[in-house]
Amino acid sequence: MMQSAKTQTAKRQIVETQTASDPVRPGELLLSLRGVSKQFGAVSALTGIDLDIHAGEVVALVGDNGAGKSTLVKILSGVHRPTGGTLSFRGREVSLGGPGDALELGIATVFQDLALCENLDVVANIYLGQERNPWRLDEVAMELRAWTLLTELSARIPSVREAVASLSGGQRQTVAIARALLLDPKIILLDEPTAALGVAQTAEVLNLIERVRERGLGVVMISHNMEDVRAVADRIAVLRLGRNNGIFYPDASNQELVGAITGASDNVVTRRAARRARQDPAQQDTTQGATP
Amino acid sequence: MSAEAGGTSPRVPLDRADVRVRHEAGLAGSLRGFVARVRAGDLGALPVVVGLVLISAVFQSLNPVFLSSNNLVNLLFDSATTGIIALGIVLVLMVGEIDLSVGSVSGFASALVGVLWVNQGWPAAAAILVALAAGGACGAVYALLFNRLGMPSFVSTLAGLLSVLGLQLFLLGATGSINLPYESALVDFGQTLVMPHALAYALALLAGAGLALSGQREALRRREAGLSAAPLAGICLRAGLLAAVLVLVVWYLNLDRGVPWMFALFVALVMAVDYALRRTRWGRAMAAVGGNREAARRAGIDVRRITASAFVLCSTFAALGGVLSAARLASASQQAGTGDVNLNAIAAAVIGGTSLFGGRGSAYAALLGILVIQAIASGLTLLDLSSALRYMITGGVLAVAVIVDSLARRSRVSHGRA
Repeated sequence: MMQSAKTQTAKRQIVETQTASDPVRPGELLLSLRGVSKQFGAVSALTGIDLDIHAGEVVALVGDNGAGKSTLVKILSGVHRPTGGTLSFRGREVSLGGPGDALELGIATVFQDLALCENLDVVANIYLGQERNPWRLDEVAMELRAWTLLTELSARIPSVREAVASLSGGQRQTVAIARALLLDPKIILLDEPTAALGVAQTAEVLNLIERVRERGLGVVMISHNMEDVRAVADRIAVLRLGRNNGIFYPDASNQELVGAITGASDNVVTRRAARRARQDPAQQDTTQGATP
Repeated sequence: MSAEAGGTSPRVPLDRADVRVRHEAGLAGSLRGFVARVRAGDLGALPVVVGLVLISAVFQSLNPVFLSSNNLVNLLFDSATTGIIALGIVLVLMVGEIDLSVGSVSGFASALVGVLWVNQGWPAAAAILVALAAGGACGAVYALLFNRLGMPSFVSTLAGLLSVLGLQLFLLGATGSINLPYESALVDFGQTLVMPHALAYALALLAGAGLALSGQREALRRREAGLSAAPLAGICLRAGLLAAVLVLVVWYLNLDRGVPWMFALFVALVMAVDYALRRTRWGRAMAAVGGNREAARRAGIDVRRITASAFVLCSTFAALGGVLSAARLASASQQAGTGDVNLNAIAAAVIGGTSLFGGRGSAYAALLGILVIQAIASGLTLLDLSSALRYMITGGVLAVAVIVDSLARRSRVSHGRA
């Protein structure tokens, strides 16, 4: 269990977040799911999903198409309501009535379809629903912050006053990520964050994920790209046909991962990894707690 | 000053750092930018202006009374009532819905004022308030049907068109029409009241000064924040142009009676709605819901409440338009709000540049659109054409407007604009 990345000292203050009643401790269990399931009519998209997300940790969610990754993300972001199971945020059981509730808790999401309004410009999209001065929008301050966020992401956006419709896929993705960062969330969910990005921007997003982790946020990332996953993830949760199919660590071989994803492998490996994962959390918390 | 904004300053503005983008600077640059926007299908108010000039030229050549001060003042009186209804239509179109019952709601509101004020002897103000509230209630019902039962607004408001018309006929009863007292303030407001000439001039100048001042303050703030800003000369030129045009219009109208107070009320409402749409969180949410409902929901916007606000405001504006048209005609009759009121209001919003597909539009669309519609109506009335021909011509103009909208939309898509 190589957790070298996590033992780095977080240099930045984690305590800047505004909505927080109390600051997030490093390694704190932020979000935990127990037995979460979701049915769409006769289809069970998710069955009995367990998942823990700690502060300062990147959890990769992998699985084949139709494994339920995006459904899980939508449940975590309040878009769908689970049919069964419980969600606890920082030890308190919560029910997310809508996307607004998730945002308020500090769960920000970059959706796979990005969920941008094409008729609005970049600034309006980044600040959508969170505008400053509701009765007299402060366009200058919003534009300035938008530029700052985009520059942090080394985005290549010609003008933040153009409608999003005129942007390329990669540019839109950057806008969506910038929007997720706007609120200083505690957990950030990224559904295929690098799918439409170029080489430099993919590296930039991976850097960003690491920076976000250093700041002590929890990150959930969905990706089909095993290289990206292994580069940044602290844990890799595999979903298969809507069920947990093992927890892996970045040192797992490609074969193991692909086996768990497709279900083709001898399942001893996954069972072993799952057993390890069950024994792990206590150990993990102590390592995390030790870091300042 | 403009040279400095053109990029000779040592610090490159934050939003001008990307070297791949060509930025137009100075006055010639803004002009080039405008031409490029139009070519890309971002037409703005251009079709309306061209349309108005064409219509004026045609009707003036057929009947020299058309452009007389007297006729134009009448035109403004007539524009205000349907214009206010069109303003409501702009709001529902913004969220991508439609209200087909605005005509009936306006007729119902005028009937309500007639019954409560004249027949029941209520104070006029109370009757008007009740009429507005009744209008708002209609909108609330549509919102409820749409949000809770998923009923398409097209169908619910079509049902509303008939039911509310029924209510209107029921209220008016056997007599079918109620005359409003001529000497009352309401009828005065609808038929004769005009602004003092000096006040109209002052407001025209004030509009120009306001534009210059706010534009300059905005530019100053942007420069301080390290963003690019419009050159001062351009701001002053635009403000000066606006003031000059407004003063000219006021002068021409003042040759006759002057600027109707009712039209001033309409313009004030347009300005208020324009501010709300552009500069408030609510307005942003309206555009977002119209552009991408699901994205708006995921951004934490209460989509249902925003949609409801659009329906309620639309019906309330329709009721206000109905009350004013009763004042204009000095009667509340069974004919009020029927016929082409519905179509004219929707057509005005669309002709003014509000997209039928949601998410695009401005309050000024109602103002510009209704001027086109009323100009055509007034011109055709002056020519003494049969209503058969009038309907056909108005329908044709609406068709042309929607075609322009669709073509512009297609062009915007192919030029990479929203």
